[in-house]
Formats: sequence, C-alpha cells, structure tokens
Amino acid sequence: MASSHGAPPVFKNKIVAWIDYRLPIFSYMEKEYNTFPTPRNFNYFWNFGAIATVMLVLMIATGIVLATNYTPNVDMAFDSVERIMRDVPSGWLIRNLHMVGASFFFIAVYIHIFRGIYYGSYKSPRELLWILGVVILLLMMATAFMGYVLPWGQMSFWGATVITNLFSAIPVVGQSIVTWLWGGFAVDNPTLNRFFALHYLLPFIIVAVVALHVVALHQHGSNNPLGIDPKGPQDTVPFHPYYTMKDGFGITVFMIIYAGFVFFAPDYLGDADNYIPANPLVTPTHIVPEWYFLPFYAILRAIPDKLGGVLAMFGAIAVLFVLPWLDTSRVRSATFRPIYQWFVFVLVIDFVVLGACGAKPPEGFWVPLSQVATAYYFFHFLVLLPVLGKIERPLPMPASIADSVLIKKAV
Amino acid sequence: MRKFFATGAIALAAAVTTSLAFGPAAIAADEPKLPELHWHFEGPFGTYDRAAAQRGYQVYKEVCSACHSMSLLAYRNLMEIGLTENQVKGLIADIQLPDIGDDGAAIERPARLSDHFRKPFANALAAAAANGGKAPPDLSVMIKARDGGPDYVYGLLTGYVDYDALSPDAKAKLNKELDIDPSTFAFGKDDNFNKYFPGHRIAMPPPLSDGKVTYVDGTKATLDQEARDVVEFLAFAADPHLEDRNRVGIRVILFLLVLAGFVYAVKRQIWANKH
Repeated sequence: MASSHGAPPVFKNKIVAWIDYRLPIFSYMEKEYNTFPTPRNFNYFWNFGAIATVMLVLMIATGIVLATNYTPNVDMAFDSVERIMRDVPSGWLIRNLHMVGASFFFIAVYIHIFRGIYYGSYKSPRELLWILGVVILLLMMATAFMGYVLPWGQMSFWGATVITNLFSAIPVVGQSIVTWLWGGFAVDNPTLNRFFALHYLLPFIIVAVVALHVVALHQHGSNNPLGIDPKGPQDTVPFHPYYTMKDGFGITVFMIIYAGFVFFAPDYLGDADNYIPANPLVTPTHIVPEWYFLPFYAILRAIPDKLGGVLAMFGAIAVLFVLPWLDTSRVRSATFRPIYQWFVFVLVIDFVVLGACGAKPPEGFWVPLSQVATAYYFFHFLVLLPVLGKIERPLPMPASIADSVLIKKAV
Repeated sequence: MRKFFATGAIALAAAVTTSLAFGPAAIAADEPKLPELHWHFEGPFGTYDRAAAQRGYQVYKEVCSACHSMSLLAYRNLMEIGLTENQVKGLIADIQLPDIGDDGAAIERPARLSDHFRKPFANALAAAAANGGKAPPDLSVMIKARDGGPDYVYGLLTGYVDYDALSPDAKAKLNKELDIDPSTFAFGKDDNFNKYFPGHRIAMPPPLSDGKVTYVDGTKATLDQEARDVVEFLAFAADPHLEDRNRVGIRVILFLLVLAGFVYAVKRQIWANKH
C-alpha cells in the first residue's frame, strides 16, 4: 500500500533537494508521515501508538537527565535520588515525570495491546508487526523492573531479590544463573551497577525495535476498526494533517491526565515502602511489584510449584507471541464477531482480577481466585480462540471503509 | 457497534479504577482505620502552614531529635518554612557538629546553614545499641514512607494507650476494636501499646504529651497540637517542593486544557468533510 501512491516528491529548497538526492530522509518522511494513505475510519483507540511513542521519548529524555545526577552505589543511591528531589533545580519535576511516566507508558501500551486484540490487528499480514510489539512489551518490562531497583528502597531491593531468585527454579543451573545475574552471592552493589547499565541501554534497544515495528506497520498500513483492507483512495486519507492532528488531540488529553498524577499525586501509583532505604536484614511484610506487573505476579503465585509458577508467568507473555495462529477466525475486527467481542471484555476483566490478586497477600480466597483467573487467561488463548474461530458465524461486513463511513453520516 | 465502544470504555475505566484502588490501598486494608485530618498541604492548592511547620521544627528539635536523625535536611532548608537567614542562624547557634580539623584531628565546630541536621548518634550501631537493639528510623521522608502518610504519623503519635492500666472491660473492648487475639498477643513490659502501629507493640515510649514543649509563639502545647505541628514539619521535610509542584501543576494543566481545545477545534476543521 505504501508503494501505491505518486511520484517521488520534488523539493524546492535546494539544500533539502541536495541532501535528499544523496540520503532520502526527506522523501522518506514525506512518504511515510505526510502522504501515507491511512484508513479514514480510525477511532481514538488508534491514538495509543503515537502516545506510547511520545512516552518513550519522554522517558529517555528525563532518564538521561536523571542519570547525570544519580549515583549507582548501594550506600549513595537512595540519597542521590533524594538529592535530585530536593536540591537539583527542577529535579523533583524530572524525577516525577520519569517515575509516573513509567506507569503511564504502561497504561498507553496496555490500551494499545487491547486495541490490537479487539480489532484483530495481529492477523495476516501483520503477524510480525504484532510479534515485534510483544518484544517491545518484554523489553519494557525488563527496563521498568531494573529502573524500579535504582532508588534502592525496600521494594527496590526485595523486588530485585524475589524476581532474580525466580531463575533459581531452573533445574541444575538455576542457582549459578542467579549468582551470575547478581554478580555475587546476594543482591548487592554489583547488581545495582549492572541494573543501572542495562536500564540505560535497553530503552535504546526499544527504540530500535519500535523502528522495526513502524517499518512493519507501514508495509501493509494500519488495520482499522472494521478490519477490512482499504480498497482505494476513497477509503484512506493522508496521514498528515488528518492523523497528525487527531493524534495531537489524543496526546494532549493523555498528557492532561498524566500531568494530574505528576503534579498532584506523584506517589499514588508507587509503594510507600520504597521511601525506606533498602535493608537486607528487614523483609517488608508484603513484597509487591509495581501495579503494571501485578497480573503477571498473580500468575506466578497462583501455581503452587516454583518452577511451574515461573513457567506460567513467562507463558502468559509467550502465548501472545503465537496469538496470530491461535486465533483461527478470518475476521479481524471483533465488531463483526458477536461471541468473540464479549470474550475480549471477559479477558480484560480477568486481567484486572489477576491484578487485584497480585496486589493482595496470597491467602484466603485470593489464592483460588488467582488460580481460576490464571486458568481462564490460558483458556482464553489456548482453547477459546482456536475453537471460537471455527464455530462463530461472523456478522455481514460492509463492502468498503468509505461505504461504512458514508452510511453512518447519512443516518 | 457504538454500544460495544461504550461497553469497552466502561470495561477499561473499571479496569483502571480497580487497579488504582487495589494498588497502594491494598496493603493497608487490614490495618485499623486512621484518623482523617484536614492538612493545610492537602489538595492541588495546598501549602505548608509556616507557623505550624516552625512549631513542628521546635518539637522535632526538642523531642524527636534526641533519637531520630533527619539526615536529608540541611539547616538552610528551614528558610523555606518562613524563617529568615538570621532567625535560622539564631536557632542553630548552640549546635555543635563533629568534623575533622585542619590537622586531621576530630573536632566539634558550630553548625553552618549548609550543614545537614545533626545526627543524634555517631552511627547506626550506636543508635541501635542505645535503643534496645534497633536504630530509630530517620525521619526525613517518613511521611512518604508509611501508608496513610500524615494521618498515620499523627495517629501513631496520638494513638498510645496505657494497655496494662486498662480495666478488663476496657481492654476487652479495645482488643475487639483492633482485632487483637489476647491469647497470642504477647505484650511485654518493655512494649508500649499503640493503636495504629502494625502489631500494636512499639518500642518507642509515647514521645509527646500535653505541655511537652513550650512554644515560642505562645500556642498552647496540647498533645494534639504538638502532633499536628510536627507532622506539618515532617510533611515539609519529606516533600519540600510541594508548593512549586502545585503551582506549576495548575499552570501546566490549564495550558494543556486550552491547548486541547485549540487542537480539537483544528482537528474538527480539518476533518469537516471527511466524516
């Protein structure tokens, strides 16, 4: 689709033309972000890719500034973060933007993933696009986990201890792997140093994978709420100004909510225990990860066996890699799948229930609830999706995107 | 289809709300209900009550600082709660700090504005040894470091009960209220009973009481007043840029709201013939 439109652009500015003749960055931008034909029927769920990109850039920008003021040493890390909060000019702002930004990056990405699941954006020919997205999610999780360790509070330390210890569940070599990850025999200064190094490195790898994600996206163009391919120019609009402006509006609204937390409740999404300096001799009553990991934490704890729990937790992400082949329905959008559309919402509720289970201590009815919710999570992907695609009768679909848009306008 | 967007929006809103609700609140669910006070620094327009924070520093200085450090605070920070440079210099005139002299020998010298608060003990081991084996925690970010924040610290300071002196009836009532099982509750003679401290057994004896300090501004020093004042000061200590944050935040949000209005108007204009 990207190749379906006009001759290469002619640049009036001589310098631009000179550069573009040798290095076609201007042609590229023109083709991929200006004239790029985009389905005309996006709803606001399609904002979240752009929003996530903005958050990624914002996290890197604030993170670089923080890194210039942070000290990755077990005796100084906590105080150096407090120094940023107290004495570095506008340090409180940069740090709050970064700390709350991690949560809002995940909010944007989770909604983006929900969009993909609801509208079947992972289906042919966009399987690799989707898989690259899951790779980004995994990299984000690793980055966020290591970033949370850096302030060296109680949850930093004990979160790092619990999560790195998961690898000890691997038979035979597990304990050696954990020692290797720690750089010693406990979570200590070498661990903090390498986590800082990797926390700085991984975001740039995320940028690279995002670039591939965008290349894959532009190969066949975006999916859309109807899940049918554009059939001609009447079904699309140029990316600019139509979607630059619509994304601009979505980003601004997202920023309002984000700013609300940054300025008025910066610690709301965090854990009070992380303002207690790390103490290897005192274990917090409840060790909980950041909210965006809670559903996966619940899956980990739902399985009574350690190795089983670890496998289930990683399996919960792994299953997303093969989602394009688990869903056997040829219809992309849930709009035309009368049964599936309900099960998407059940899955969302299941995910939220898992999150609640992850936040609670594993006792009482939370244990069986997390087990049922975990079972349902895998049931959805491994049983429901393959079967549903075979037995569900999709609703009749409009002939084209333009038809659908114009009919709606007539009504 | 519209209906499903609505359902989707509701499901997502529910998802977000639930995760917010279950996040920070989750841990505190089993604890007794904290007193809910109105604090001057609450809300988007909140500021620190300068007079209360200054009185709170006096409480910290005269009572808490005997055991608790506040190592992240410097004396110059006191100028941020409404004291002038000369007033702060007066306040710290009698404070001596350990240092190393030009000849390398250990000395004591008068505190300067740039110095961090004097620590009551030379190191953590000394602090632990003098306090029954456990060092009293640093108070610099205490308000942020406990669920419930200012309400919790106020509750702790005012929540002491002379447990052993209670009549059997009163004790039974308190046990019931706080969900304490008397058969397993090992209340020792070195323990102090606190309604809000997790487990209700706290090593720290009641630090504040009526008339514990004599306020320089003439305010009557009741237990309630002392606790409120020291919490105001500790809140400032934990979050010294709260007022900047609120001021900038309101401007940023107003700016973004106006920007959103303009962007939406332009977007409508551009899309006018495409819907």
